[in-house]
Amino acid sequence: MSDYFAMGGYAVYVWTSYALTAVVLIGLGISSWRRLRGLEADLAAFEREDAP
Amino acid sequence: MNWHRFASPSNFKRLSARIFPWAAGGAALCLGCGLYQALLVSPPDYQQGQSVRIMYIHVPAAWMAMFVYANLALAGAATLVWRHPLAEVAGRAMAPIGAAFTFLCLATGSLWGKPMWGTWWEWDARLTSVLILFFVYLAYMALNNAFDDATRGARASAVLALVGAVNLPIIKFSVDWWNTLHQPASVMRLDGPAIHPSMLWPLLAMGVGYTLLFVVLALVRIQAELIERRLGALVQARLSAEPAA
Amino acid sequence: MKLPKARAAKRRRMAVLLLAMIGLGTAAALTLTAFDDHLVFFRTPTDVATHQAPVDRQMRIGGLVEEGSLERVTGSTEVRFRVTDLEHAVPVVYRGVLPDLFREGQGVVANGKLASDGVFTASEVLARHDENYMPPEVAEALKRSGRWQHTEPPGAKN
Repeated sequence: MSDYFAMGGYAVYVWTSYALTAVVLIGLGISSWRRLRGLEADLAAFEREDAP
Repeated sequence: MNWHRFASPSNFKRLSARIFPWAAGGAALCLGCGLYQALLVSPPDYQQGQSVRIMYIHVPAAWMAMFVYANLALAGAATLVWRHPLAEVAGRAMAPIGAAFTFLCLATGSLWGKPMWGTWWEWDARLTSVLILFFVYLAYMALNNAFDDATRGARASAVLALVGAVNLPIIKFSVDWWNTLHQPASVMRLDGPAIHPSMLWPLLAMGVGYTLLFVVLALVRIQAELIERRLGALVQARLSAEPAA
Repeated sequence: MKLPKARAAKRRRMAVLLLAMIGLGTAAALTLTAFDDHLVFFRTPTDVATHQAPVDRQMRIGGLVEEGSLERVTGSTEVRFRVTDLEHAVPVVYRGVLPDLFREGQGVVANGKLASDGVFTASEVLARHDENYMPPEVAEALKRSGRWQHTEPPGAKN
């Protein structure tokens, strides 16, 4: 098992690459989703206010 | 065909709602299978050993860096020629995704280059042209935001996107036109892939997964941009309706 | 809604865009051709043999590490090997750490200076790999069956 994680001596390079990719892509996904949700809420609030 | 029909925000929302679950499900499936294959099933390389596993995230990131840019340039052409509001919004929404993939391509390439080539970075034609692509993405985002009027920002950055498109063939063929530290293409070459099937399939699964992930991210971001534009218009309308105090 | 005028304007914008892209592409192609020499990452042993490579100036040479040419000087980190493009070869002296991919028959790029006696003293040695990826067993099987294709020297203009 620890043999596997050692990646033949390249553990630092391999796992850093995968971790960085995960952080950037998941981060982009979450921030995009949150922004959409926030704007949807803003729009709904605005339209409620606007209604007579 | 009347493109404007597809482009109205409400139609886009409906189309997006239909595509979204398929794209998201497909992305999860492809990335799940791809990662499982890439990390657990695929063999080490005869020269590079286990470090070859970086390929499965580096190469798709490079493909996406260029694919997203091609879309950005197309959106730029649609912005300038057809003055299409959805194209303006799409360009603005896609640029950060492309920049993220380009960053990942450069970063994972550096992390792969150090153990294999013996260097984090070299100014060869391939590496330099991809770094330029990254800067063009950043400049696109800056220019798009530099104007108070969204349409003016979109048109200015659309021109930049089209000028920067010259870089795409340079990136692709840099390894053939000049001698470089980076090796020539392994997958997209005329006489078939130079990768053993046990490594090619996981790579293609990751490639499809990245593409679908791009679709998912683009749909979410385009919808957000459309709502932001609508909010802006509503605020404008209210301001002009209120009597000046 | 669609006025003929608007359609004409679209067509004009499209024409302008196409012309601009063609102009831009031509300009880029001309510029790149003009700077061709500077975009090359390394010189080849043939460049050295035909005196096209500068002497006593920092430059890179690239090729394959010639089979059987690698000598390690005992008691130091100094290595000697020859870089070949299968037509000519340049002897290289290097003192330092070699990258993991460095081996005989594989691609290499050395950064350093060529002395007038034809020996290249490298300050940095980088490994260059080819575009083939395969599991070790497959490489073994290919070699055993004699279907192994020899690594081509990088930078050979074909």
